[in-house]
Amino acid sequence: MFSKYLFFILSFIAIYAALKVLISKKPMHSVLYLTLAFFAIGGHYILLNAQFLAVVHIIVYAGAIMVLFIYTVMLLNLNIQGEFPKSRLMKFASAIAGGMLLMVLIAVFRTYDLKMISDPALNQIGLVKNLGKVLFDEYYLPFELSSILFLAAMVGAVMLGKKDIY
Amino acid sequence: MDGNYILYKLILASVILLISLVVAMYSTLLERKVAGFMQDRLGPNRAGIGGIFQPLADGLKLFFKEEFMPGTADKFLYILGPSLTMMIALLTSAVIPWGNSFIINGTEYTLQVADINVGVLYVFAILSIGVYGIMIGGWASNNKYALIGAVRAASQMISYELAMSMSIITIVMMSGTLSLKDIVDQQHGMNWNVWYQPLGFLIFIVCAFAECNRSPFDLPECETELIGGYHTEYSSMKLGFYLFAEYINMFISSAMIATLFFGGYNFPFMDSLNLSHNALTIIGSLVFFAKIAFFVFFFMWVRWTLPRFRYDQLMRLGWKSLLPLAIINILITGFVIMIKNHL
Repeated sequence: MFSKYLFFILSFIAIYAALKVLISKKPMHSVLYLTLAFFAIGGHYILLNAQFLAVVHIIVYAGAIMVLFIYTVMLLNLNIQGEFPKSRLMKFASAIAGGMLLMVLIAVFRTYDLKMISDPALNQIGLVKNLGKVLFDEYYLPFELSSILFLAAMVGAVMLGKKDIY
Repeated sequence: MDGNYILYKLILASVILLISLVVAMYSTLLERKVAGFMQDRLGPNRAGIGGIFQPLADGLKLFFKEEFMPGTADKFLYILGPSLTMMIALLTSAVIPWGNSFIINGTEYTLQVADINVGVLYVFAILSIGVYGIMIGGWASNNKYALIGAVRAASQMISYELAMSMSIITIVMMSGTLSLKDIVDQQHGMNWNVWYQPLGFLIFIVCAFAECNRSPFDLPECETELIGGYHTEYSSMKLGFYLFAEYINMFISSAMIATLFFGGYNFPFMDSLNLSHNALTIIGSLVFFAKIAFFVFFFMWVRWTLPRFRYDQLMRLGWKSLLPLAIINILITGFVIMIKNHL
Protein backbone atom coordinates (compact mmCIF):
# COMPACT_ATOMS: atom_id res chain seq x y z
CA MET A 1 0.00 0.00 0.00
CA PHE A 2 2.50 2.56 1.23
CA SER A 3 5.27 1.01 -0.87
CA LYS A 4 3.08 1.36 -3.97
CA TYR A 5 3.03 5.15 -3.56
CA LEU A 6 6.78 5.10 -2.87
CA PHE A 7 7.27 3.17 -6.11
CA PHE A 8 5.42 5.79 -8.13
CA ILE A 9 7.23 8.70 -6.45
CA LEU A 10 10.64 7.09 -6.99
CA SER A 11 9.83 6.18 -10.59
CA PHE A 12 8.73 9.73 -11.29
CA ILE A 13 11.96 11.13 -9.81
CA ALA A 14 14.08 8.62 -11.74
CA ILE A 15 12.43 9.34 -15.10
CA TYR A 16 12.36 13.12 -14.53
CA ALA A 17 16.07 13.14 -13.57
CA ALA A 18 17.00 10.92 -16.51
CA LEU A 19 15.20 13.27 -18.90
CA LYS A 20 16.86 16.27 -17.30
CA VAL A 21 20.28 14.67 -17.88
CA LEU A 22 19.58 14.94 -21.60
CA ILE A 23 17.77 18.30 -21.59
CA SER A 24 20.05 20.32 -19.28
CA LYS A 25 22.27 22.84 -21.04
CA LYS A 26 25.07 22.85 -18.48
CA PRO A 27 27.18 19.66 -18.17
CA MET A 28 27.38 20.13 -14.40
CA HIS A 29 23.57 20.04 -14.09
CA SER A 30 23.43 16.89 -16.24
CA VAL A 31 25.91 15.15 -13.96
CA LEU A 32 23.97 16.14 -10.83
CA TYR A 33 20.66 14.96 -12.32
CA LEU A 34 22.31 11.65 -13.16
CA THR A 35 23.29 11.38 -9.48
CA LEU A 36 19.67 12.04 -8.51
CA ALA A 37 18.57 9.28 -10.89
CA PHE A 38 20.99 6.86 -9.22
CA PHE A 39 19.55 7.72 -5.80
CA ALA A 40 16.03 7.04 -7.07
CA ILE A 41 17.13 3.67 -8.43
CA GLY A 42 18.77 2.94 -5.06
CA GLY A 43 15.35 3.57 -3.51
CA HIS A 44 13.84 1.00 -5.87
CA TYR A 45 16.35 -1.58 -4.66
CA ILE A 46 15.25 -0.95 -1.07
CA LEU A 47 11.62 -1.50 -2.14
CA LEU A 48 12.73 -4.86 -3.58
CA ASN A 49 14.18 -5.75 -0.13
CA ALA A 50 17.75 -5.64 -1.49
CA GLN A 51 19.34 -3.31 1.06
CA PHE A 52 22.87 -4.48 0.31
CA LEU A 53 22.49 -3.80 -3.39
CA ALA A 54 20.94 -0.39 -2.66
CA VAL A 55 23.76 0.74 -0.37
CA VAL A 56 26.50 -0.60 -2.65
CA HIS A 57 24.78 1.09 -5.58
CA ILE A 58 24.96 4.43 -3.72
CA ILE A 59 28.59 3.87 -2.66
CA VAL A 60 29.82 2.85 -6.11
CA TYR A 61 27.74 5.03 -8.43
CA ALA A 62 26.82 8.12 -6.41
CA GLY A 63 29.86 8.06 -4.15
CA ALA A 64 32.69 7.10 -6.48
CA ILE A 65 31.85 7.27 -10.17
CA MET A 66 29.74 10.42 -10.12
CA VAL A 67 32.23 12.23 -7.87
CA LEU A 68 34.91 11.52 -10.49
CA PHE A 69 32.51 12.74 -13.21
CA ILE A 70 31.94 16.01 -11.35
CA TYR A 71 35.66 16.27 -10.78
CA THR A 72 36.34 15.96 -14.51
CA VAL A 73 33.62 18.44 -15.42
CA MET A 74 34.95 20.91 -12.85
CA LEU A 75 38.55 20.63 -14.08
CA LEU A 76 37.74 20.73 -17.79
CA ASN A 77 35.45 23.72 -17.17
CA LEU A 78 32.88 22.52 -19.70
CA ASN A 79 30.63 25.42 -18.83
CA ILE A 80 29.74 26.30 -22.41
CA GLN A 81 26.11 27.29 -22.73
CA GLY A 82 24.02 26.97 -25.84
CA GLU A 83 23.35 24.39 -28.51
CA PHE A 84 25.92 21.99 -29.76
CA PRO A 85 25.82 22.08 -33.57
CA LYS A 86 23.94 19.13 -35.05
CA SER A 87 23.51 18.44 -38.74
CA ARG A 88 20.09 17.75 -40.26
CA LEU A 89 21.13 14.19 -41.14
CA MET A 90 21.93 13.52 -37.46
CA LYS A 91 18.50 14.76 -36.37
CA PHE A 92 16.68 12.56 -38.91
CA ALA A 93 18.77 9.53 -38.01
CA SER A 94 18.17 9.95 -34.29
CA ALA A 95 14.43 10.49 -34.76
CA ILE A 96 14.10 7.32 -36.85
CA ALA A 97 16.25 5.26 -34.46
CA GLY A 98 14.28 6.49 -31.43
CA GLY A 99 10.95 5.74 -33.16
CA MET A 100 12.08 2.21 -33.99
CA LEU A 101 13.17 1.60 -30.41
CA LEU A 102 9.73 2.75 -29.23
CA MET A 103 8.04 0.32 -31.64
CA VAL A 104 10.13 -2.60 -30.40
CA LEU A 105 9.43 -1.71 -26.77
CA ILE A 106 5.68 -1.48 -27.40
CA ALA A 107 5.76 -4.82 -29.22
CA VAL A 108 7.55 -6.44 -26.30
CA PHE A 109 5.51 -4.99 -23.46
CA ARG A 110 2.08 -5.19 -25.17
CA THR A 111 1.55 -8.80 -24.18
CA TYR A 112 3.78 -8.78 -21.12
CA ASP A 113 2.03 -9.52 -17.86
CA LEU A 114 3.51 -7.57 -14.91
CA LYS A 115 3.51 -9.77 -11.82
CA MET A 116 4.72 -9.32 -8.27
CA ILE A 117 7.42 -11.79 -7.27
CA SER A 118 6.17 -13.40 -4.08
CA ASP A 119 8.61 -16.30 -3.75
CA PRO A 120 10.02 -15.95 -0.20
CA ALA A 121 13.37 -17.45 -1.24
CA LEU A 122 13.73 -14.82 -3.96
CA ASN A 123 12.55 -12.04 -1.63
CA GLN A 124 15.45 -12.58 0.75
CA ILE A 125 18.19 -12.89 -1.85
CA GLY A 126 19.27 -9.24 -1.54
CA LEU A 127 20.22 -9.48 2.15
CA VAL A 128 23.94 -9.55 2.93
CA LYS A 129 24.05 -13.06 4.41
CA ASN A 130 22.25 -14.75 1.51
CA LEU A 131 24.14 -12.80 -1.10
CA GLY A 132 27.48 -13.69 0.50
CA LYS A 133 26.54 -17.37 0.65
CA VAL A 134 25.53 -17.41 -3.01
CA LEU A 135 28.61 -15.47 -4.14
CA PHE A 136 31.14 -17.56 -2.22
CA ASP A 137 29.38 -20.88 -2.80
CA GLU A 138 27.82 -21.14 -6.22
CA TYR A 139 29.62 -18.33 -8.02
CA TYR A 140 32.99 -18.54 -6.31
CA LEU A 141 35.15 -18.81 -9.45
CA PRO A 142 33.46 -16.03 -11.48
CA PHE A 143 33.60 -13.79 -8.40
CA GLU A 144 37.35 -14.30 -7.92
CA LEU A 145 38.00 -13.95 -11.65
CA SER A 146 36.17 -10.62 -11.77
CA SER A 147 38.24 -9.37 -8.83
CA ILE A 148 41.42 -10.28 -10.77
CA LEU A 149 39.99 -8.31 -13.69
CA PHE A 150 39.58 -5.30 -11.38
CA LEU A 151 43.14 -5.67 -10.18
CA ALA A 152 44.39 -5.78 -13.76
CA ALA A 153 42.42 -2.62 -14.56
CA MET A 154 43.89 -0.87 -11.51
CA VAL A 155 47.46 -1.84 -12.43
CA GLY A 156 46.80 -0.71 -15.99
CA ALA A 157 45.53 2.69 -14.79
CA VAL A 158 48.65 3.18 -12.65
CA MET A 159 50.88 2.17 -15.58
CA LEU A 160 49.17 4.69 -17.89
CA GLY A 161 49.49 7.42 -15.28
CA LYS A 162 53.18 6.73 -14.70
CA LYS A 163 54.07 6.46 -18.40
CA ASP A 164 56.53 9.35 -18.43
CA ILE A 165 58.81 7.83 -15.78
CA TYR A 166 60.22 5.17 -18.08
CA MET B 1 3.80 -0.93 12.08
CA ASP B 2 1.28 0.61 14.45
CA GLY B 3 0.83 4.31 15.01
CA ASN B 4 2.51 4.18 18.41
CA TYR B 5 5.70 2.82 16.91
CA ILE B 6 5.86 5.46 14.18
CA LEU B 7 5.17 8.21 16.72
CA TYR B 8 7.96 6.92 18.96
CA LYS B 9 10.44 6.82 16.07
CA LEU B 10 9.44 10.35 15.01
CA ILE B 11 9.99 11.68 18.54
CA LEU B 12 13.32 9.85 18.81
CA ALA B 13 14.51 11.20 15.45
CA SER B 14 13.55 14.76 16.44
CA VAL B 15 15.29 14.46 19.81
CA ILE B 16 18.49 13.14 18.18
CA LEU B 17 18.36 15.93 15.59
CA LEU B 18 17.97 18.48 18.37
CA ILE B 19 20.80 16.98 20.43
CA SER B 20 23.12 16.98 17.40
CA LEU B 21 22.36 20.63 16.71
CA VAL B 22 22.74 21.75 20.33
CA VAL B 23 25.98 19.79 20.78
CA ALA B 24 27.37 21.24 17.55
CA MET B 25 26.31 24.72 18.71
CA TYR B 26 28.10 24.40 22.01
CA SER B 27 31.12 22.77 20.34
CA THR B 28 31.82 26.17 18.75
CA LEU B 29 32.01 27.71 22.22
CA LEU B 30 34.07 24.80 23.52
CA GLU B 31 36.45 25.11 20.58
CA ARG B 32 37.13 28.76 21.40
CA LYS B 33 37.46 28.00 25.11
CA VAL B 34 39.92 25.15 24.38
CA ALA B 35 41.86 27.42 22.01
CA GLY B 36 41.98 30.05 24.77
CA PHE B 37 43.20 27.46 27.28
CA MET B 38 45.90 26.17 24.91
CA GLN B 39 47.12 29.69 24.17
CA ASP B 40 46.95 30.85 27.79
CA ARG B 41 44.04 33.29 27.43
CA LEU B 42 40.42 33.29 28.58
CA GLY B 43 38.39 32.81 25.42
CA PRO B 44 34.92 34.36 24.96
CA ASN B 45 33.46 35.31 28.37
CA ARG B 46 31.26 38.39 27.77
CA ALA B 47 27.90 36.96 26.65
CA GLY B 48 26.30 35.43 29.74
CA ILE B 49 28.13 33.70 32.60
CA GLY B 50 31.45 32.43 31.27
CA GLY B 51 30.32 33.10 27.69
CA ILE B 52 27.40 30.63 27.84
CA PHE B 53 25.30 32.65 25.34
CA GLN B 54 28.16 33.12 22.87
CA PRO B 55 26.82 30.53 20.34
CA LEU B 56 23.44 32.30 20.30
CA ALA B 57 25.16 35.63 19.67
CA ASP B 58 27.23 34.07 16.87
CA GLY B 59 24.13 32.54 15.29
CA LEU B 60 22.23 35.85 15.43
CA LYS B 61 25.22 37.64 13.92
CA LEU B 62 25.30 35.19 11.01
CA PHE B 63 21.54 35.59 10.43
CA PHE B 64 21.68 39.39 10.36
CA LYS B 65 24.67 39.65 8.03
CA GLU B 66 24.16 40.70 4.44
CA GLU B 67 23.16 37.89 2.11
CA PHE B 68 25.51 38.10 -0.84
CA MET B 69 25.18 36.26 -4.15
CA PRO B 70 28.06 36.51 -6.62
CA GLY B 71 26.82 37.81 -9.99
CA THR B 72 28.33 34.96 -12.00
CA ALA B 73 27.31 32.18 -9.61
CA ASP B 74 25.00 29.34 -10.54
CA LYS B 75 22.09 30.48 -8.35
CA PHE B 76 20.42 27.14 -7.65
CA LEU B 77 23.60 25.17 -7.01
CA TYR B 78 25.00 28.01 -4.91
CA ILE B 79 22.12 27.53 -2.46
CA LEU B 80 22.08 23.74 -2.83
CA GLY B 81 25.73 23.42 -1.72
CA PRO B 82 25.42 24.40 1.96
CA SER B 83 21.98 22.77 2.27
CA LEU B 84 23.34 19.43 1.04
CA THR B 85 26.35 19.65 3.34
CA MET B 86 24.07 20.19 6.33
CA MET B 87 21.62 17.44 5.34
CA ILE B 88 24.28 14.80 4.72
CA ALA B 89 26.03 15.71 7.98
CA LEU B 90 22.82 14.93 9.88
CA LEU B 91 22.02 11.66 8.06
CA THR B 92 24.49 9.35 9.83
CA SER B 93 22.90 9.86 13.26
CA ALA B 94 19.99 7.61 12.18
CA VAL B 95 21.96 4.36 12.53
CA ILE B 96 24.05 5.14 15.63
CA PRO B 97 22.77 3.31 18.74
CA TRP B 98 22.56 6.12 21.29
CA GLY B 99 21.75 3.75 24.12
CA ASN B 100 20.39 0.30 24.86
CA SER B 101 16.61 0.10 25.25
CA PHE B 102 13.87 1.14 27.65
CA ILE B 103 11.32 -1.47 28.68
CA ILE B 104 8.05 0.26 29.56
CA ASN B 105 4.97 -1.91 30.23
CA GLY B 106 6.58 -4.89 28.52
CA THR B 107 7.27 -3.04 25.26
CA GLU B 108 10.88 -2.52 24.25
CA TYR B 109 11.88 0.93 22.99
CA THR B 110 15.39 0.96 21.49
CA LEU B 111 17.35 4.19 21.47
CA GLN B 112 18.28 3.82 17.81
CA VAL B 113 16.23 5.26 14.96
CA ALA B 114 16.96 2.50 12.43
CA ASP B 115 18.69 -0.80 13.17
CA ILE B 116 19.27 -1.68 9.51
CA ASN B 117 21.21 -4.85 8.74
CA VAL B 118 23.68 -2.94 6.56
CA GLY B 119 24.42 -0.21 9.13
CA VAL B 120 28.17 -0.08 8.52
CA LEU B 121 27.68 0.10 4.76
CA TYR B 122 25.14 2.88 5.25
CA VAL B 123 27.84 4.86 7.08
CA PHE B 124 30.22 4.22 4.15
CA ALA B 125 27.57 5.47 1.73
CA ILE B 126 27.01 8.69 3.68
CA LEU B 127 30.78 9.16 3.88
CA SER B 128 31.13 8.80 0.14
CA ILE B 129 28.38 11.31 -0.71
CA GLY B 130 29.58 13.81 1.92
CA VAL B 131 31.83 15.43 -0.66
CA TYR B 132 28.93 16.64 -2.85
CA GLY B 133 28.00 19.71 -0.81
CA ILE B 134 31.54 21.06 -0.84
CA MET B 135 32.12 20.33 -4.53
CA ILE B 136 28.82 21.85 -5.63
CA GLY B 137 29.32 24.94 -3.45
CA GLY B 138 32.90 25.45 -4.59
CA TRP B 139 32.02 25.06 -8.24
CA ALA B 140 28.86 27.16 -8.15
CA SER B 141 30.66 30.16 -6.60
CA ASN B 142 32.53 30.62 -9.90
CA ASN B 143 35.68 31.68 -8.11
CA LYS B 144 39.13 30.22 -8.68
CA TYR B 145 40.00 29.95 -4.99
CA ALA B 146 36.69 28.28 -4.25
CA LEU B 147 37.22 25.83 -7.13
CA ILE B 148 40.73 24.92 -5.98
CA GLY B 149 39.40 24.46 -2.44
CA ALA B 150 36.59 22.21 -3.71
CA VAL B 151 38.97 20.12 -5.84
CA ARG B 152 41.31 19.72 -2.90
CA ALA B 153 38.47 18.74 -0.59
CA ALA B 154 37.19 16.18 -3.07
CA SER B 155 40.53 14.49 -3.64
CA GLN B 156 41.32 14.53 0.08
CA MET B 157 37.99 12.97 1.04
CA ILE B 158 38.16 10.30 -1.69
CA SER B 159 41.72 9.37 -0.67
CA TYR B 160 41.00 9.01 3.02
CA GLU B 161 37.63 7.31 2.54
CA LEU B 162 39.44 4.18 1.30
CA ALA B 163 41.71 3.75 4.31
CA MET B 164 38.81 4.57 6.64
CA SER B 165 36.52 1.95 5.12
CA MET B 166 39.29 -0.64 5.26
CA SER B 167 39.92 0.05 8.93
CA ILE B 168 36.21 -0.52 9.66
CA ILE B 169 36.26 -3.77 7.64
CA THR B 170 38.51 -5.36 10.30
CA ILE B 171 35.80 -4.63 12.88
CA VAL B 172 33.21 -6.24 10.60
CA MET B 173 35.46 -9.30 10.16
CA MET B 174 35.85 -9.65 13.92
CA SER B 175 32.22 -9.21 14.87
CA GLY B 176 30.73 -10.92 11.80
CA THR B 177 27.88 -8.42 11.46
CA LEU B 178 27.13 -5.17 9.64
CA SER B 179 24.60 -3.92 12.21
CA LEU B 180 26.01 -1.21 14.49
CA LYS B 181 23.76 -2.34 17.36
CA ASP B 182 25.19 -5.87 17.23
CA ILE B 183 28.75 -4.51 17.05
CA VAL B 184 28.10 -2.47 20.21
CA ASP B 185 26.43 -5.39 22.01
CA GLN B 186 29.49 -7.58 21.36
CA GLN B 187 31.69 -5.08 23.22
CA HIS B 188 29.93 -5.76 26.51
CA GLY B 189 31.62 -4.39 29.63
CA MET B 190 35.26 -3.66 28.96
CA ASN B 191 35.53 -5.96 25.90
CA TRP B 192 36.14 -2.99 23.59
CA ASN B 193 37.32 -3.33 20.00
CA VAL B 194 40.18 -0.90 20.55
CA TRP B 195 42.06 -3.55 22.56
CA TYR B 196 41.95 -5.89 19.55
CA GLN B 197 42.34 -3.29 16.81
CA PRO B 198 44.73 -0.56 18.02
CA LEU B 199 46.12 -0.08 14.50
CA GLY B 200 42.64 0.07 13.00
CA PHE B 201 41.67 2.69 15.57
CA LEU B 202 44.73 4.80 14.74
CA ILE B 203 43.98 4.67 11.01
CA PHE B 204 40.31 5.43 11.64
CA ILE B 205 40.94 8.49 13.78
CA VAL B 206 43.49 9.99 11.34
CA CYS B 207 41.04 9.45 8.50
CA ALA B 208 38.22 10.97 10.57
CA PHE B 209 40.26 14.15 10.90
CA ALA B 210 40.78 14.23 7.14
CA GLU B 211 37.11 13.49 6.38
CA CYS B 212 35.93 16.31 8.64
CA ASN B 213 38.42 18.70 6.98
CA ARG B 214 39.76 19.46 10.43
CA SER B 215 43.23 20.67 11.25
CA PRO B 216 45.95 19.35 10.61
CA PHE B 217 44.20 18.38 7.35
CA ASP B 218 42.14 21.54 6.79
CA LEU B 219 43.70 22.19 3.39
CA PRO B 220 40.39 22.78 1.56
CA GLU B 221 39.92 26.02 3.48
CA CYS B 222 43.60 26.80 4.04
CA GLU B 223 43.30 30.57 4.48
CA THR B 224 46.95 31.46 3.85
CA GLU B 225 46.82 30.01 0.34
CA LEU B 226 43.16 30.00 -0.66
CA ILE B 227 41.57 32.89 1.32
CA GLY B 228 38.72 30.68 2.53
CA GLY B 229 38.75 27.70 0.19
CA TYR B 230 35.37 26.43 -1.01
CA HIS B 231 33.39 28.94 1.07
CA THR B 232 35.29 32.05 -0.06
CA GLU B 233 32.18 33.51 -1.74
CA TYR B 234 29.71 32.55 0.97
CA SER B 235 28.33 34.91 3.55
CA SER B 236 25.57 35.08 6.16
CA MET B 237 23.81 31.87 7.18
CA LYS B 238 25.01 29.93 4.09
CA LEU B 239 28.56 30.30 5.41
CA GLY B 240 27.14 29.45 8.83
CA PHE B 241 25.77 26.17 7.44
CA TYR B 242 29.19 25.16 6.12
CA LEU B 243 30.91 26.00 9.41
CA PHE B 244 28.14 24.39 11.45
CA ALA B 245 28.17 21.19 9.37
CA GLU B 246 31.84 20.80 10.24
CA TYR B 247 30.96 20.71 13.94
CA ILE B 248 28.11 18.27 13.36
CA ASN B 249 30.53 16.06 11.38
CA MET B 250 32.94 16.23 14.29
CA PHE B 251 30.21 15.19 16.74
CA ILE B 252 29.05 12.31 14.52
CA SER B 253 32.64 11.16 13.90
CA SER B 254 33.27 11.11 17.65
CA ALA B 255 30.08 9.09 18.09
CA MET B 256 31.26 6.64 15.41
CA ILE B 257 34.68 6.28 17.08
CA ALA B 258 33.00 5.61 20.43
CA THR B 259 30.56 3.14 18.82
CA LEU B 260 33.04 1.13 16.77
CA PHE B 261 36.10 1.10 19.03
CA PHE B 262 35.13 2.16 22.55
CA GLY B 263 32.10 0.06 23.26
CA GLY B 264 29.35 2.61 22.62
CA TYR B 265 27.05 2.61 25.65
CA ASN B 266 28.94 -0.22 27.41
CA PHE B 267 31.01 0.59 30.46
CA PRO B 268 33.17 -1.54 32.80
CA PHE B 269 31.50 -3.33 35.74
CA MET B 270 28.03 -2.77 34.27
CA ASP B 271 26.87 -6.23 35.39
CA SER B 272 28.01 -5.93 39.02
CA LEU B 273 26.00 -2.74 39.70
CA ASN B 274 22.73 -4.66 40.23
CA LEU B 275 20.67 -1.95 38.55
CA SER B 276 17.44 -2.39 36.61
CA HIS B 277 17.54 -2.51 32.81
CA ASN B 278 16.17 1.02 32.39
CA ALA B 279 18.61 2.57 34.89
CA LEU B 280 21.50 0.83 33.13
CA THR B 281 20.31 2.26 29.81
CA ILE B 282 20.29 5.80 31.22
CA ILE B 283 23.79 5.43 32.68
CA GLY B 284 24.96 3.79 29.44
CA SER B 285 23.73 6.71 27.35
CA LEU B 286 25.43 9.17 29.70
CA VAL B 287 28.68 7.17 29.42
CA PHE B 288 28.31 7.18 25.64
CA PHE B 289 27.98 10.96 25.62
CA ALA B 290 30.98 11.29 27.94
CA LYS B 291 33.03 9.25 25.44
CA ILE B 292 31.80 11.46 22.60
CA ALA B 293 32.67 14.59 24.59
CA PHE B 294 36.20 13.29 25.11
CA PHE B 295 36.70 12.70 21.39
CA VAL B 296 35.24 16.10 20.50
CA PHE B 297 37.79 17.57 22.92
CA PHE B 298 40.48 15.42 21.27
CA PHE B 299 39.60 16.90 17.86
CA MET B 300 40.08 20.40 19.31
CA TRP B 301 43.21 19.45 21.20
CA VAL B 302 44.85 18.29 17.96
CA ARG B 303 43.68 21.35 16.06
CA TRP B 304 45.38 23.74 18.46
CA THR B 305 48.54 21.61 18.79
CA LEU B 306 49.59 20.46 15.32
CA PRO B 307 50.47 22.68 12.32
CA ARG B 308 48.79 22.17 8.94
CA PHE B 309 50.18 19.55 6.55
CA ARG B 310 51.38 20.43 3.06
CA TYR B 311 49.20 19.05 0.28
CA ASP B 312 51.74 16.53 -1.06
CA GLN B 313 52.43 15.35 2.50
CA LEU B 314 48.70 14.79 2.99
CA MET B 315 48.45 12.69 -0.18
CA ARG B 316 51.59 10.70 0.65
CA LEU B 317 50.29 9.95 4.15
CA GLY B 318 46.93 8.81 2.79
CA TRP B 319 48.02 6.64 -0.12
CA LYS B 320 51.48 5.43 0.88
CA SER B 321 51.16 4.98 4.65
CA LEU B 322 47.55 4.62 5.79
CA LEU B 323 46.21 2.52 2.89
CA PRO B 324 48.99 -0.15 3.00
CA LEU B 325 48.74 -0.19 6.80
CA ALA B 326 45.00 -0.76 6.58
CA ILE B 327 45.48 -3.62 4.09
CA ILE B 328 48.14 -5.22 6.32
CA ASN B 329 45.75 -4.85 9.23
CA ILE B 330 43.05 -6.72 7.29
CA LEU B 331 45.52 -9.52 6.48
CA ILE B 332 46.63 -9.85 10.12
CA THR B 333 43.02 -9.89 11.31
CA GLY B 334 42.15 -12.58 8.77
CA PHE B 335 45.11 -14.70 9.86
CA VAL B 336 44.25 -14.42 13.54
CA ILE B 337 40.60 -15.32 12.91
CA MET B 338 41.69 -18.34 10.82
CA ILE B 339 44.12 -19.57 13.49
CA LYS B 340 41.47 -19.10 16.20
CA ASN B 341 38.94 -21.14 14.23
CA HIS B 342 41.39 -24.02 13.77
CA LEU B 343 42.50 -24.26 17.41
